Amino acid sequence: MPFNWNWAFTWEILPKLLHAALNTLLAAGLGYAIAVVLGLILALAQRTPSRAVTFVIREFVEFIRSTPLILQIFFVYYVGPQFGLRLGPWTAGMIAIGLHYSAYLSEVYRGGLQAVPKGQWEACTALNLSPAKTYWRIIIPQAIPSALAGMGNYLVGIFKDTPMLSVIGVAELMHTANAIGSSSYRYLEPYTLVGIIFLAISLPTAALIRIFEGYVRRKLGLK
Amino acid sequence: MSYIDFLKEYGHRFLDGTLVTAEQFFLATLLAICIALLAGLMKLSRNRLIRGVAVVYIEFFRGTSLLVQLYWIFFVLPLFGLTFEKFTAGFVAVGMNLGAYGAELVRGGIQSVPKGQWEAAYALSLSPFKRMWRIILPQAFVNMLPPWGNLLIELLKNTALVALISVSDLMFEAKQINGSTFLSAQTFGTALIIYYVLARFVVTPFMRWLERVMRRKLGRA
Repeated sequence: MPFNWNWAFTWEILPKLLHAALNTLLAAGLGYAIAVVLGLILALAQRTPSRAVTFVIREFVEFIRSTPLILQIFFVYYVGPQFGLRLGPWTAGMIAIGLHYSAYLSEVYRGGLQAVPKGQWEACTALNLSPAKTYWRIIIPQAIPSALAGMGNYLVGIFKDTPMLSVIGVAELMHTANAIGSSSYRYLEPYTLVGIIFLAISLPTAALIRIFEGYVRRKLGLK
Repeated sequence: MSYIDFLKEYGHRFLDGTLVTAEQFFLATLLAICIALLAGLMKLSRNRLIRGVAVVYIEFFRGTSLLVQLYWIFFVLPLFGLTFEKFTAGFVAVGMNLGAYGAELVRGGIQSVPKGQWEAAYALSLSPFKRMWRIILPQAFVNMLPPWGNLLIELLKNTALVALISVSDLMFEAKQINGSTFLSAQTFGTALIIYYVLARFVVTPFMRWLERVMRRKLGRA
């Protein structure tokens, strides 16, 4: 096996990898969009007066959070066809990763909602606001700033977990690097480039998120 | 085939896989703790160079995916003459990755020890090593135990990735059984439940117990 770095080969595969990086970003974005919405639903569902609902949702969230994402991806992808429901790799992958991160985000939201002072709730009751309005206009906007840090971390997290989608054939970065590796028998360049691309995206994103967080806090007059 | 028959036939393979997962978990945890301590302390160093090394290590491992790191260690390092068994490559990758996350916890834990403790150790003219080892670290340890509980769950889950370099852990066995039986719901369902039981009824209670013991030892119960 060749030990030295081959620049010609690097320039040959770089466009392919960058193209695949777009798919990685798309997968992360779609998965995150699902997680943001579903996570909110899971968080709000735990606040209903019904103890049974709260218990079931809590256990569900705990279950998702304590089992490996990769296994969940396999589960969603392979269990469907057993019952006659065929899911494409993208659909199955998005469901699995979206569901996984919705469990994490629901915990973040839960913390954010709990951080809203009790007086805000009492004021809503005193003003006779409907529950929907209470949540939408008063509580959730105040819960967001304290949830932002966690949400940002999981955005980077979901991005870094997308390589797992390669196992069911989603054509993202890792999958492309694997394909290049197995057709050319060169692993040094593709895997190293994948690492560099990940760093080049995740470090600036993490920094941007921190800046954005500070901006939102200042806008809302906190700190 | 009923589920009972399924378990009778493949139960031992799930068990074998679970044992390998447990080994991977144990070894990766040991490695992660060592790396976290080292990198965490280095990040607090006054020497810029030492701090820089720790920062680069932490940012590198937290900035890329574990899967990328695993493949890199398993497929690329041999090109530099460093060949690992797949079993070793597996827990080394997981341990190095989680160690980088743990380093931040160590740093936070040490910084959370009140300044008076440092000053007291200073006043008693303890050597820097003794100050850290006997006074600061034990208190930092108690402070950082709860987040370490979460980190160990993450670590347990991440060991599933070693199946992708063919370490025959629980995930790998599940994949193999699924490939030969096509009973995906039973196979992956069983594996999910085993991981859940390990996380919820082994790792979490152990960490809670450890937290209690350590608090009592420091007289904070």
